[in-house]
Amino acid sequence: MANFISLSEVTCKFGDNECPFPAPGAGIFEWQPLASFNLLGFTSIEITKPVILAMLCTVIVSVVFIAAFAKPKLVPTGLQNVVEVGYLFVRDNIAREIMGKDGDRFVPLLTSLFFFVWSMNVMAIIPGAQFPVSSRFAFPVVLALIVWVVYMFLGMKNQGVVGYFKNIAFPPGMPIGIYPLLTPIELLSTLIIRPVTLAIRLFANMFAGHLLITVFTVSAWYLLNLSNFVGFVSVIGYVGSVVSFIVTIVLTGFEMFIQALQAFIFTLLTAVFISSSLHAEH
Amino acid sequence: MMILAEITGSLGSIGYGLAAIGPGVGIGIIFGNGVQAIARQPEAYGVIRQNMILGFALAEALALIGFVAPFVFGA
Repeated sequence: MANFISLSEVTCKFGDNECPFPAPGAGIFEWQPLASFNLLGFTSIEITKPVILAMLCTVIVSVVFIAAFAKPKLVPTGLQNVVEVGYLFVRDNIAREIMGKDGDRFVPLLTSLFFFVWSMNVMAIIPGAQFPVSSRFAFPVVLALIVWVVYMFLGMKNQGVVGYFKNIAFPPGMPIGIYPLLTPIELLSTLIIRPVTLAIRLFANMFAGHLLITVFTVSAWYLLNLSNFVGFVSVIGYVGSVVSFIVTIVLTGFEMFIQALQAFIFTLLTAVFISSSLHAEH
Repeated sequence: MMILAEITGSLGSIGYGLAAIGPGVGIGIIFGNGVQAIARQPEAYGVIRQNMILGFALAEALALIGFVAPFVFGA
């Protein structure tokens, strides 16, 4: 990543007209460790801001759900009411929509995934945090691996180890001649492409969104620099700066939508994968 | 070797432009047909929206991979 500068390395001062536009690149996603220590003497663990935010997300989601459902009442009040809406959203719009009544036993998993992913995404616009945790590739990868393990395990449990791979590789009801073409595609798609795209989709959306917001924020700051030019040029600078600032705000609103949508899509695809493991295609 | 044509500058942005063509067409088709389906059968809104978003997510991933690739493999 030598080609990219991180924003902390930018030496431009406000009002410095000699300075080229410090375009944000992949460097803004790299954090210096805030603390590091050795675990058992051979691995070094470094705590960076995304790690702290991820822990915070875990704590927030756990505490909210435990507080809401520690003493569940038949007629919900207060917090339980609010959290139940979220739970019912996942159950009715994702689990039951995809899997029918079978989906009910996977609602806890799907709800945890949905709210964890969503809270990681929402960190992008929380003042003070302002970094989407899922734009670090490792976090979506781990979540996708969990999903992969779950649907592989369910597939082998419900269809048998041999039967599951047979059903993936040789979907029944096809003409014999198509199998040499179909088998590699199906195996590759189910075993590799599914988890990889699941992780990349979440990562890339959050990466792109954060980068966009940063570009317009920096340009709102940078274009004000032209203010000690005289006349027309400074007017262009001011207009550009104001427009960039407005675009930043509009994009933040758009990002809120994308964050919820990506969490929804992640959970929806998980439900689809689980559903395809429960019953063989026929 | 004789060089016939050469491109300099940000190849990544050209790559992203090329990568966005297919998914752009695809997402247009998905939502166009989805809206048409909802208009024809409003009571099937839930199922149609579900599948619309699913198709959208699958098509969108291609464009996003095109967006991220230049960052991952260097400018």
